[in-house]
Amino acid sequence: MSQAVEKITEYHDLDGAEMLRVSDLHAFYGESHILHGVDFDVKRGELVTLLGRNGAGRSTTLKAIMNMVGRRTGSIVINGNETLAMKAHRIPRLGIGYCPEERGIFASLDVEENLLLPPTVRSGGMSLDEIYAMFPNLYERRRSQGTRLSGGEQQMLAMARILRTGARLLLLDEITEGLAPVIVQALGEVLVKLKSRGMTIVLVEQNFRFAAPLADRHFVMDHGRIVEEISAAELPSRRDELNSMLGV
Amino acid sequence: MTMIFGVPLAVFMGQLMLGLINGAFYALLSLGLAVIFGLLKIVNFAHGAMYMLGAFATLLGMRYLGIGYWVALLLVPIVVGGLGMVIERLILRRIAHLDHLYGLLLTFGLALIVEGTLINVFGVSGSSYPTPAALQGGFQLGFMFLPTYRAWVLVAALAVCLGTWYVIERTRLGAYLRAGTENPALMQAFGVNVPLLVTLTYGFGVALAAFAGVLAAPLYPVSPTMGSSLLIVVFAVVVIGGMGSILGAVLTGLGMGLIEGLTKVYYPEAANTVIFLVMILVLMLRPAGLFGKEA
Ligand SMILES: Nc1ncnc2c1ncn2[C@@H]1O[C@H](COP(=O)(O)OP(=O)(O)OP(=O)(O)O)[C@@H](O)[C@H]1O
Ligand SMILES: [Mg+2]
Repeated sequence: MSQAVEKITEYHDLDGAEMLRVSDLHAFYGESHILHGVDFDVKRGELVTLLGRNGAGRSTTLKAIMNMVGRRTGSIVINGNETLAMKAHRIPRLGIGYCPEERGIFASLDVEENLLLPPTVRSGGMSLDEIYAMFPNLYERRRSQGTRLSGGEQQMLAMARILRTGARLLLLDEITEGLAPVIVQALGEVLVKLKSRGMTIVLVEQNFRFAAPLADRHFVMDHGRIVEEISAAELPSRRDELNSMLGV
Repeated sequence: MTMIFGVPLAVFMGQLMLGLINGAFYALLSLGLAVIFGLLKIVNFAHGAMYMLGAFATLLGMRYLGIGYWVALLLVPIVVGGLGMVIERLILRRIAHLDHLYGLLLTFGLALIVEGTLINVFGVSGSSYPTPAALQGGFQLGFMFLPTYRAWVLVAALAVCLGTWYVIERTRLGAYLRAGTENPALMQAFGVNVPLLVTLTYGFGVALAAFAGVLAAPLYPVSPTMGSSLLIVVFAVVVIGGMGSILGAVLTGLGMGLIEGLTKVYYPEAANTVIFLVMILVLMLRPAGLFGKEA
């Protein structure tokens, strides 16, 4: 059964190239047409956010990149590879780690089994020791059933397990949702560390105060489209405009 | 002579032993059903037919190809398990997105086709398969006579059950299986080839049934209908144990075999129905089964 995890796909980092380019992406759940031509790009080592009101299509965009929705059209190029026709289990092997909005901690696995579950997709991932150093709570609770952890610990586990795999592009969906301020702050520090290691990150966030100091660029989504792009430099002058788009 | 509640010890132990042997078959078959149900969510009604194919392949292998018992023990589960993988890949996968009731109906239909075809060719009467030379004879334990082959069946079935439990609960591959049972879409997003895992899991569950069939060949008459009659009881065992628990399937299988054996000693008329009585009781008191999680 070991073929269930096939050989690690090797690919070469193309310096200065785009890590991800999404063009004219449409996505459907059955008959419902959810994404209506999403366009954006992420450069290597960048951290970008997808902002928007509830139901704007941010989670669907991440799922569409992972081929977890129904039908998709358009183009999704990851590190130079067109992935629209790829099987779902091949996409992560391009070096992608996905942290779902609902966290997806497995109840039938303990914390360490959850951590070790995602297969290695590239070399150069963090070791178990490094991960435990970054998330000491997880070490203390490594024998607990995954879903017995607190919400914050589950969130850390969901993050930590994709750091082990060697993924270089992280798709993180609402990782601060419902967490206490200290934990949100700890997660912010983790993101800074990951960025300094050269990771490319797409962050779906509601908590703009959390995302603002971390991001290089912000994309605002509405009704299944990207409606605005704001760079970190433009942010101070366009803050009011952004707030009204987000309805805050 | 030692008596237990008015029954001679040798008779008592003999029936208990027979019950335990039946229980070993229940355990092997309900284990396979539980493994398949876990990942595919299909109640595999073809399981009895696969058990019967295991016994039949053993018989025909000896008759026409000169394949002996020991080779059959290894080869037959691989061949029948391979057939299971083909069935999953070509047929079950096409209806995987539909209500799981369709899977149940489809496997039921497959079982009828396999059984009917074999009845057409070989008739319904059973054939006997010789006990392998190395396992003939028995042990005189003082209080009872234990045939070597029955002891072997018990040991082999328990070893395979234990090995399966170990792989599922203690290895990385088992972790994939458990996680795939909970959230297959996320497993795909981690890079696990879930469709392949499903094919292999169905093949493995079917191979377990075929293995039980090989073990059964020297013990029971080999006939095209041997699977369907057994499967009804195994489904009752599964309902009692609760779907989806590996250890639960094994323990319930053995336990129900013992209860059946005990009933034969004290009230033989009820021996064939006692498991169904237990099933009704369990359904009334604990609908999710003894080891099942309350939904
Ligand atoms: N499985 C699904 N089937 C059908 N429609 C869905 C499904 N999931 C989401 N949708 C619809 O797609 C639209 C976009 O949902 P999505 O989850 O992408 O929003 P979002 O921007 O992540 O917002 P939030 O997470 O804040 O609710 C919503 O209108 C939602 O109702
Ligand atoms: Mg969302």
